Amino acid sequence: MSVTSLSVVSARKLGLTFETGDGPVHALSNVDLEVSKGDFVSFIGPSGCGKTTFLRVIADLEKNTDGEITVNGMTPEEARKSRSYGYVFQAPALYPWRTIEKNIALPLEIMGHSAAERGKRIERTLDLVNLSGFGKKYPWQLSGGMQQRASIARALAFDADLLLMDEPFGALDEIVRDHLNEQLLKLWARTEKTICFVTHSIPEAVYLSTRIVVMSPRPGRVTDIIESTLPKERPLEIRETPEFLEIAHRVREGLRAGHSYEE
Amino acid sequence: MRRLKRNWQPLLAGLLTALAAARLPLTLPDAPAPIEGGMTIALIILAAALNVVLTLGDRGHAMRAGVLFVGAHIPAAMLLSRLDGNEGQMSASFFLMIAASWLLAWGTVSELAQIEPRSSTARSFLRLLIPAIFGIWILILWEAVTRGAGIPFILLPPPSAIGARIAGSVSVLWADVQQTIFKAVLFGYVVGCASGFAVAILADRFAFLRRGLIPIGNMVSALPIIGVAPIMVMWFGFDWQSKAAVVIIMTFFPMLVNTVAGLGVAGAMERDLMRSYASDYWQTLIKLRLPAAMPFIFNALKINSTLALIGAIVAEFFGTPIVGMGFRISTEIGRMNVDMVWAEIAVAALIGSVFYGVVALVERATTFWHPSNRGG
Repeated sequence: MSVTSLSVVSARKLGLTFETGDGPVHALSNVDLEVSKGDFVSFIGPSGCGKTTFLRVIADLEKNTDGEITVNGMTPEEARKSRSYGYVFQAPALYPWRTIEKNIALPLEIMGHSAAERGKRIERTLDLVNLSGFGKKYPWQLSGGMQQRASIARALAFDADLLLMDEPFGALDEIVRDHLNEQLLKLWARTEKTICFVTHSIPEAVYLSTRIVVMSPRPGRVTDIIESTLPKERPLEIRETPEFLEIAHRVREGLRAGHSYEE
Repeated sequence: MRRLKRNWQPLLAGLLTALAAARLPLTLPDAPAPIEGGMTIALIILAAALNVVLTLGDRGHAMRAGVLFVGAHIPAAMLLSRLDGNEGQMSASFFLMIAASWLLAWGTVSELAQIEPRSSTARSFLRLLIPAIFGIWILILWEAVTRGAGIPFILLPPPSAIGARIAGSVSVLWADVQQTIFKAVLFGYVVGCASGFAVAILADRFAFLRRGLIPIGNMVSALPIIGVAPIMVMWFGFDWQSKAAVVIIMTFFPMLVNTVAGLGVAGAMERDLMRSYASDYWQTLIKLRLPAAMPFIFNALKINSTLALIGAIVAEFFGTPIVGMGFRISTEIGRMNVDMVWAEIAVAALIGSVFYGVVALVERATTFWHPSNRGG
């Protein structure tokens, strides 16, 4: 029982088929996965491998058509309704008519926190993502990287233990991305959240994760799950060590085994 | 070539003035009050034009604009002031000089338009000054042509006569404005927009309303107001209530259609975000979809501000107590009091612009975040 109580996401033979005009599309098939508390799990694979779809099933933004999945021991719908995860999208999706502060306050308002409580949490989360002092700005006055950090702050504000991140840094340039990856690791260490992170960058997946889930398309499925041997403390330079390159190599092998490099 | 391009208005004005000076006097031979001093006016225009072309050729825009401004408006004022008693008796020389002054005014505006002021007060002053000079010249030309050429009063009264009529009938105009604007238009506008908005929310909540009502709404909004107005008079009587009903019909559907469209513009990601917070329908509506719909809603408010005015005035053509802007227009035209009709038109235009302007200002304050308003 102690193992299941630590399980945050548990999927068994999970499948999802979209019915389209051109016949059924198997976005996910036979996915088995356990994510435990405190894990940093990356999902990597080419477009159409179902990595985003899987994240959306966890978030109850899509419904699985086969198999079972539990989130914090509940169905995804119950988990969503008890606000057990924060979701970070590919784009910041900040509301332009709200300041950064007010954007972070949005989930808190919906969940009925008092104004004083909101103020405290805004300050704390802005500090977590190094945006203190930018609370009064409007999103369109900030750079893309700062906007995405604000959207992470918004996902952290209501203290959900699970953070679902869907290619959050995909639209940013590599220098900004390196910086944000480093900050994300620090934030993960400080908050002890469980993070599910979708990416299409091999170095990003290897650098961040405790486990890397390699997926491949048609039908979307898991081809390999790699446990990282890297220490928890990871400076950016770790990416030049043989250990890092070895894991990256295994990810590439996994992708090749799933025919991800074929047209 | 560049010099010619920059100076073509004063050069042409000089040419026209020379022609005019050769054909003095300003009045036709049998004018009742022959005009002296046509030469003085011609010299002022020539002096201004030559000054700008020769000595101020490479100076700044503000300097040139100042000289052109004086050179255009002093002769124009002198010419207009000599019209009294000579209606319809002005010679070609007069019109050539008016044209020359107008060219200098044109030059003024084109110089002013190139000034790029640094301070924001200067910028807003220029933003008002340029259209003001433009508007004044429409009136000057209108005055000069109608009185100078003796255009029949019935066809087009000069602005001075319209102005005098406005000044002399303030109490009548005020009563008309109260009847038409403060009762019919405002009531109809508020009720029409509010109910259009409320029904849009209902249509958003219940799909059968959306599918059923919007197509019918499009049909109703195509109804000719001329056909609806007499029926509203039959239903709601002669007083302002029937006009308000016409305004409600006219403003309801633009608001409905725009709000429904606006509620659809919030992006999929933003909606997913709300769903991830387990936000309910009303929270999502108030915190996401309505703010996102604001540009559409303000569009409807702006369209409706002009529609409401047209609707109320036209509806009064079909029966009304003896007050109201539409009533006044329809009866005074029958009594050949065209100046009163124009006075009502001028008041309606002024009120319509203020109405639209107020809505546009509120829009800028509310949707400051929209890409089209940012950084202004």
